[in-house]
Amino acid sequence: MAVLELRPAGLYCPAGDFYIDPWRPVERAVLTHAHADHARRGHARYLAQRDALGVLRARLGPVSIDAAGYGEVTTIGAARVSLHPAGHVLGSSQVRVEVAGETWVVTGDYKLDADPTCTAFEPVRAHVLITESTFGLPIYRWAPPARLFAEIDDWWRGNAAAGRPSVVYAYAFGKAQRILAGVDASIGPIVCHGAVEVLNRCYREAGVRLPATLTVQGTARSADRAALAGALVVAPPSAQSTPWLRRFPDASDAFASGWMQLRGARRRRSVDRGFVMSDHADWPGLLRAIEASGAACVYATHGYAAALSRYLCDRGLDARTFDTREFDAQYTGEQDAAAPAELPAPGEDARPTEAVADA
Amino acid sequence: MRDFAALYRALDSTTSTRARRAALAAYFSRAMPADAAWAVYFLCGSRPRQAVPVKVLRAIAAERAQVPEWLFEESYQAVGDLAETIALLLPPAAGTAASLPLHVWVEQRLLKLRGTAPEALAPLLNGWWDELDAHERFVWNKLITGGFRVGVSRQLVVQGVSEASGLPSQVVAERLAGDWRPDAGAWLRLVERDEGTVPPGRPYPFFLAHALPGPVESLGERGQWAAEWKWDGIRAQVVRRNGETFLWSRGEELVTPRFPEVAAAVGALPDGCVLDGELVAWRDGRVAPFALLQQRIGRTKLSAAVLARAPVAYIAYDLLEHAGADLRTRPFSERRALLEAVVGRLDGPVVSVSPLVEAATWHDLARLREDARARSVEGLMLKRIDSAYGIGRTRSSPAGEWWKWKLDPLSIDAVLVYAQRGHGRRASLYTDYTFALWHEGALVPFAKAYSGLSDAEIAKVDACIRQHTVEKFGPVRSVTPTLVCEIGFEGIAHSPRHKSGIAVRFPRILRLREDKRVEDADTLGQLRALAATLS
Repeated sequence: MAVLELRPAGLYCPAGDFYIDPWRPVERAVLTHAHADHARRGHARYLAQRDALGVLRARLGPVSIDAAGYGEVTTIGAARVSLHPAGHVLGSSQVRVEVAGETWVVTGDYKLDADPTCTAFEPVRAHVLITESTFGLPIYRWAPPARLFAEIDDWWRGNAAAGRPSVVYAYAFGKAQRILAGVDASIGPIVCHGAVEVLNRCYREAGVRLPATLTVQGTARSADRAALAGALVVAPPSAQSTPWLRRFPDASDAFASGWMQLRGARRRRSVDRGFVMSDHADWPGLLRAIEASGAACVYATHGYAAALSRYLCDRGLDARTFDTREFDAQYTGEQDAAAPAELPAPGEDARPTEAVADA
Repeated sequence: MRDFAALYRALDSTTSTRARRAALAAYFSRAMPADAAWAVYFLCGSRPRQAVPVKVLRAIAAERAQVPEWLFEESYQAVGDLAETIALLLPPAAGTAASLPLHVWVEQRLLKLRGTAPEALAPLLNGWWDELDAHERFVWNKLITGGFRVGVSRQLVVQGVSEASGLPSQVVAERLAGDWRPDAGAWLRLVERDEGTVPPGRPYPFFLAHALPGPVESLGERGQWAAEWKWDGIRAQVVRRNGETFLWSRGEELVTPRFPEVAAAVGALPDGCVLDGELVAWRDGRVAPFALLQQRIGRTKLSAAVLARAPVAYIAYDLLEHAGADLRTRPFSERRALLEAVVGRLDGPVVSVSPLVEAATWHDLARLREDARARSVEGLMLKRIDSAYGIGRTRSSPAGEWWKWKLDPLSIDAVLVYAQRGHGRRASLYTDYTFALWHEGALVPFAKAYSGLSDAEIAKVDACIRQHTVEKFGPVRSVTPTLVCEIGFEGIAHSPRHKSGIAVRFPRILRLREDKRVEDADTLGQLRALAATLS
């Protein structure tokens, strides 16, 4: 019997009677991370990494969540379950499931690039690896983070010198904090949209160092407003072309996403700049992670799963895809459009539940 | 090359005309004459003959990127652009410190590629790629594939050169007209200061009409308005000054050499005379469909056979200058009377005056408009009889003086059955659709449509297609029929080449019909019946 199998509600472990990131309500759910497309409401009991608790509590409300540190083993039925750093966002994990000496690892979303806002990805040895493949084509290769942030800093500095605000759209959970931690905060003040600020609080409470941020309520006085001309403004994509932005007249705008790698996607976004910044592994990252797992059998799921698995087969691995059609129907179409599901513009007091999956 | 690639990026990363003009002007101010000459050449849409066969280029790039052929194809399908795919797949290179100027890249490299032995191509291309960073590679690949396009109009290039050189844009446009030889000498002649000479061929800015927003009765008294057919051709001004003839298209492009029969016919007009009107295809003494005119538009060399197959006439509808005097502020009725007198003196069918459409009431006029399709026109133009000839469509042209009253498109509700990914801005989205109609219990494809949906609607349809894919054949997906769309088009013709036996003109999506079930879509019989009512 397989350690994990795909059921209508999601990825299921028969030996432990639990699901990993299920998309329909189940009794027991093990979560890879707190993005809304993975951490759904409605399950009876959750297991998640300790650092993810703050965000999960804010999103899911008073439900039963078991917290585990990285590497701690929880026994569920006949399965030994442990969580390992995935480097995607705060508290993101790969799930290692061992049943009768056979080890399966579900990577969840992950990246290999350095990111000061979350624990770095650690390879986990596995017999069978279930890997994400959102960017599973060789056209997706990320520049080193230092170069990316230099690019963002140059853009911000140039705008600030010209007295223009710099508005960058980024997913409220994860991407936004990565930007905050990565930019040169000495360039000017940083203003965060309410939906971003709620998550900043979760990050700070979890001990992640972020530069000082303002919200628009904190800048009501006209003297403060004048200083905003050179500010970096971090807002969720849903804020694009909403009245909230009127506070930042003549702003230059940018979108931070892995999809910005393609000229077509940049043009569709119709922003001044597209920063290629992803919290997912690029093509070389996927290949390195797969190799480091030592797995002889690999399942690819989400995004370009077919291309990645065919490539792995060519290299002699036993590789397949998971048909996660129900999940993908809700997400990948929009991801391809470089507009991942994000609910309508959250107001100033928006709860983080409204900030959804990133790309 | 570096500066030219940077110019491309600047043009590509903004949709603001002002910013693009500024970027062009900045480039032209700095560039060496030979580089500027090549930039003009490429930006105006010229291209050398294909340097390397696409198949060979793909193979060399895939080999260099160490990507198997199928994965190259998958990548290409996601990117939707060969030059960009190659640039993204090649192993990273920072580019060298020194970059050769554009004209060296073109003259000593690009133009030498043609005719190079196939086995010598790979080392050359690989070596040159190594000199460039990712973005420069993209632009260079665009030059190699002959797909260089950055959405800059000729007019904008003219304005950029004008701003950089300080010359009036009409002067630049006139000098740029005709064959452009991309060398330093040509550039220097283009921007040469030549004080004191007013260009004799200068046209007036075109006055543009707005689409009629409400019921025609809202315009008030019928007698205050002149009605003309809205011709389906190319808007153009005829300028006769100093014994010379100039024919300007609406893009302020000098097109005199492309329409020799019209140029010859208006040569009999007196000096100091400017007409506004329409170039149309002309056959058997009447206006022919636009498709015939299209056979003339793209051609630089006009053979006798082309001239005979697709003859062109000019239908004048306004007189902007007479005996050297600017008439634009005079009322339309007065200009019109003079126009009839001036053009009436010409002999022959090639130049005529657009007739006024006579109808006593709005109601009668509306009925005449119904026949527009049979006359190969797009509808009606309504002009206030006391209107001046304004400028452009905004500000200085008082909205409400000229209206275009176009026909409603023909339409039918059809089912989406195949989808293909788009290119460029729509790359990796399913945006190109094939639609089918019911016939004897089956869906028969009848038209492809690419445009008409908003970005949000495209995203919705794209997601639906991914969910309902039945089969993939290369880039095409067949889908379970679930979506009904209203398809608009301009004409119907019988066509043995189409499975449905019918071809429609300018098909586009008018709207999603989410209220309609697939079973309720229209039938081929209904389309045929529609065709019958038109012939």
